[in-house]
Amino acid sequence: MSDQSFDVVIVGGGPGGYVAAIRAAQLGFNTALVEREHLGGICLNWGCIPTKALLRSAEINSLLQHADQYGFKIDSYSFDFKKIIERSRKVAGQLSGGIKHLMKKNKVTVFDGHGKLLGKGRLDVSKDGKSVATVAAKHIVLATGARARVLPGLEPDGKLVWTYKEAMNPEAMPKSVLVVGSGAIGIEFASFYRQLGADVTVVEVMDRVMPVEDAEISTIARKQFEKQGMKILTGAKVVKLDRGANDVTVHVDTNGKTEQIKVERVISAVGIVANTENIGVENTKIKLDRGHIVVNEWLQTDEPGVYAIGDCVPGPWLAHKASHEGVICIEKIKGLPDVHPMKRENIPGCTYCTPQVASVGLTEAKAKEQGYSVKVGRFPFIGNGKAVALGETDGLIKTVFDAKTGELLGAHMVGPEVTEMIQGYVVGKTMETTELDLMHTIFPHPTISEAMHESVLDAYGKAIHI
Amino acid sequence: MPHNVLMPALSPTMTEGKLAKWVKNEGDKVKAGDVIAEIETDKATMEVEAVDEGVLAKIVVPAGTDGVKVNSLIAMLLEEGEDASALNTAAAPAPAAAAPKTVTPANQPTAESAKPAPSMALATPAQAKSAGRVFASPLAKRIAKEKGIDLSAIKGSGPHGRIVKSDLDKAPAGAAAPKAAASSGSFAPAQSSVNAQALADAYGIPYTLAPNSGVRKVIARRLSESKQTVPHFYLTVDCELDALLALRKQLNDSMDGLKISVNDFIIKATAVALEKFPGANVSWTDDNIVQYTRADVSVAVATPNGLITPIIVNAANKSLKVISSEMKDLGLRAREGKLKPQEFQGGTISVSNLGMFGINQFSAIINPPQAAILAVGAGQERVVVKNGQMAVANVMTVTASFDHRAIDGAVGAEYLQVFKKLIENPMGLLL
Repeated sequence: MSDQSFDVVIVGGGPGGYVAAIRAAQLGFNTALVEREHLGGICLNWGCIPTKALLRSAEINSLLQHADQYGFKIDSYSFDFKKIIERSRKVAGQLSGGIKHLMKKNKVTVFDGHGKLLGKGRLDVSKDGKSVATVAAKHIVLATGARARVLPGLEPDGKLVWTYKEAMNPEAMPKSVLVVGSGAIGIEFASFYRQLGADVTVVEVMDRVMPVEDAEISTIARKQFEKQGMKILTGAKVVKLDRGANDVTVHVDTNGKTEQIKVERVISAVGIVANTENIGVENTKIKLDRGHIVVNEWLQTDEPGVYAIGDCVPGPWLAHKASHEGVICIEKIKGLPDVHPMKRENIPGCTYCTPQVASVGLTEAKAKEQGYSVKVGRFPFIGNGKAVALGETDGLIKTVFDAKTGELLGAHMVGPEVTEMIQGYVVGKTMETTELDLMHTIFPHPTISEAMHESVLDAYGKAIHI
Repeated sequence: MPHNVLMPALSPTMTEGKLAKWVKNEGDKVKAGDVIAEIETDKATMEVEAVDEGVLAKIVVPAGTDGVKVNSLIAMLLEEGEDASALNTAAAPAPAAAAPKTVTPANQPTAESAKPAPSMALATPAQAKSAGRVFASPLAKRIAKEKGIDLSAIKGSGPHGRIVKSDLDKAPAGAAAPKAAASSGSFAPAQSSVNAQALADAYGIPYTLAPNSGVRKVIARRLSESKQTVPHFYLTVDCELDALLALRKQLNDSMDGLKISVNDFIIKATAVALEKFPGANVSWTDDNIVQYTRADVSVAVATPNGLITPIIVNAANKSLKVISSEMKDLGLRAREGKLKPQEFQGGTISVSNLGMFGINQFSAIINPPQAAILAVGAGQERVVVKNGQMAVANVMTVTASFDHRAIDGAVGAEYLQVFKKLIENPMGLLL
C-alpha cells in the first residue's frame, strides 16, 4: 500500500480539527482529516450543541410552569421525554451532516478511522484495528480531544452511573439524579433534570459551585439553584456507591459528616482527560504534561512538523478555544502576517444553566492575587427595565478594572441571556479597552445589555439606575 | 490654598528643560493668561502662562536652572488675600505628581493634537512611524500617556501593526528611542571612532572647546541616522529664472511694501509640483508608503543655535504674498528661538537654499521621515545655447535628494521636471 500524500493532515474532526481543516484548505493546502467516529466531535455530537437543545426544552418547561405570571391559564400540560431527547439527537445529526458538507465543499479528504503517528511525517489510519491507509504529510495537527475523567469507585457503567454521554441520551426520565462535580457540564445537567422535575443533588468537592467563576457570581447562582429546589453539597466528596438494581445509594462526606443519598442515577462530571494514548506520540519527540500534549504559543509540539490543538493540549477545554487554536496553528504554518498567539485571559466561558453564567478574564480575587489594585462595578438585573419586562430579574453583572490603567481585567455575569452578551466585553477586552471606551459606548434601550454599561459605570461611581 | 506651579511639558517627548527666565517676581500679582516664565528646551523657547489668578508667592527654581524635570515644582501661587504662611502647610508634591494644572505653556499644542502628530522637524528626536493617526489600543494610549511614551516612535505588534500594551513594556519611559537607533546598535548616534580632541592634543594643534547645545546634538543624531539609514540618490536640474525674475519685479513694483523673494517662488513651486505630481509627496514606513494629501514645505533656516526648519503648511494653496509674510515671521522667530513646536514639527518635503552665499550647487541630507529635499543654488547669469545660438540667461541649479525606498529615479526625475516647468513658467504660481 503506497502512502497518500498531503500538505496538512488533521487528526480529529471536532471543533478544533474541522475548523483547522477548513482553514488549511482555504489557504490552498492539500488537506486531509482523520476522524474515528463523528465529524463535529464531542462538541457537536455529545456536548455543547445537543445539551443546548435539551436545555431549550427545559427552559420552555419552566416558562410553561410560570405561564400564569404572563397572563396565561394553562390547566394541564405534559412533556414527552423521548421527544425531547429525539429533538436533541436530530439537532446533532443535522449539524454533523453540515460538517460533512463543509469538508466536501472545501475539498478536504476525510479518512474514516483512527489516526496514529508513525514517526517522521507519517500517519497510520486504522479501522476496527486494521490499517486502512498510510498518509504522509508535511504538517500533522493532532486534535484528538478529551473524554470524561473516571474517578475510582465512580466508574460509569452506562446504566446507573452515567457520563455526559448517557446523561444526554437516556431511555427514560429519572426521578432523581445526583451530579458529581459542579463545573459547566455537571451544573448544566443538574439544571436540565431539575427543570424537568427530577430531584437533583449536586456534590462539589470545592467550597462553592462553579469554582472557576467569581465567588460572588457563584454565590448568586447557588441561591438560584437552591430556590429551584436543587440540593447542593459543597466541600463534599462521594466516598462510596452502592449500586442496586435500579438505584444507587451514594455515600457523601460533607466536611467529615457522612450521609447516604438514594437516587436513580448518578452523573459523573469530574473533569476530562486528554486523548493522547495510542496516537503514536511515543514514536516522536512529543512531550506530555499530565496527559496533555506540550505545545508552544504557535501550537507546535517538540516534534518538527507535528502540532496539537484543543482539548488534547492544556486548557481551558472549550470548543471556541480549540477552533481558535486551529486557525492560529494553520495560519502560522502558512506564514501569514498578522497571526497572534492566543491570550488566555480573553477566552470567554459560558454555562447554560438557569440562570446562565458567563465570564471572561480575571475574577476579583485572582486580580487582587496578581497584585492589581482594582475597581469593581456591580449591577443587578433588578435595576434593568428590559429584565423586569421579561420577568428575569435575578442576576448580577460584575466588572473588574485595573485602578491604575483602567484596563478591563474581567467581567462576570449571572442572569438572563448573559452567554449571548459576554461577547460585548470580550470584543472590548481583546481590543484592550479601558473603562472610558466602555462608558462612551452607547447601549441600546431597552435591552438587558444596558446592565453591562451600568456595571462599568458603577465601578467608577457613575451608575444611573442604582 | 496655594497652587503649585509645575514644570510643563512643551512637547510629548520633553522630559526636562531649562528655566530660562522669570517674567514675574515673587510678590507680583498674576492674572490668568499672564506670562510668568520662559522655558527653553533643546528645540525652542516657550512662554508659560498662569491659569489661575493670584500672587506669585514663591519661586522654587531660580532663573537659569538647567535640567528641570517635567512636573517638578517650580513656583507657588497664593490666592488673593491668602497669607504666606499657607505655603508651609502645602505639602511639597512628588516630582511626578498631578499634571501641571496651574500653568499651561502659551500656545502649547493640546495633548490630543500633539500626540498623534508625527514629529518631523530636524530638531526632533523621535522618528515618526507614519503620518496622521497612530493606531494604538485604548489601553496602550492610556499607559503611554501616563508614562510619557511617544507612541509614534513605537512599532506595534498588534493587528495591522496596532500598538498594544505589550509593545510598551519594552519602551523606555519619558522619550522613546527612535526606531532605527533602537533596532540596530550600529546606527546609534554618530560616536566618532576617532576622538578629535585627543588627536589634536597629540599633534599639538591649538583649539578651544564649545559644549554641544541640545539642538546641535539633535541635528548630529538625526542627520547621522538619515545619512546612514536612508538610501539617498540625487538628481540635478537647471532652471532658467528670467521669466520668474521679471514677474517678481513686476509684482514687487506693483505694491508698496511687498517684497516677494525668489525663495518664496521656490517654496510655492515645490508645493504646487507635489500637488501636480504626488508621487514625490510620500514617506516610507516598514508596512506602508504614506501618501500625503497636502504639501507642507519645511524651509531650512540657519540660526545662531543651529539649523531649524519652520513649515509653510499647505503651501500650494497659499498666495505668494501669504507665503512671503509667513516666511518672514517664521524666519525671524526661528532666529530668536521662539518657534512653537507645531511650527517646525511636520512638513512633507524640505527646501534648503544656499544661493545667497553664492553656492552653485550642493546636495542636502533628507529630513526623515520626509523622502525628499531640494538643495537650491544661486541664480546666476550663465551662457546657454538656445536654438543653436549662445545666449545669456539667469540660471539656478537645483539638486534634489530622494529616499529610494519610497521614490524611484524616474519618479524623482518626473517631479523635478514639473518643478522646473513651474519655475520657468511662473505665471502658474500666481493662481
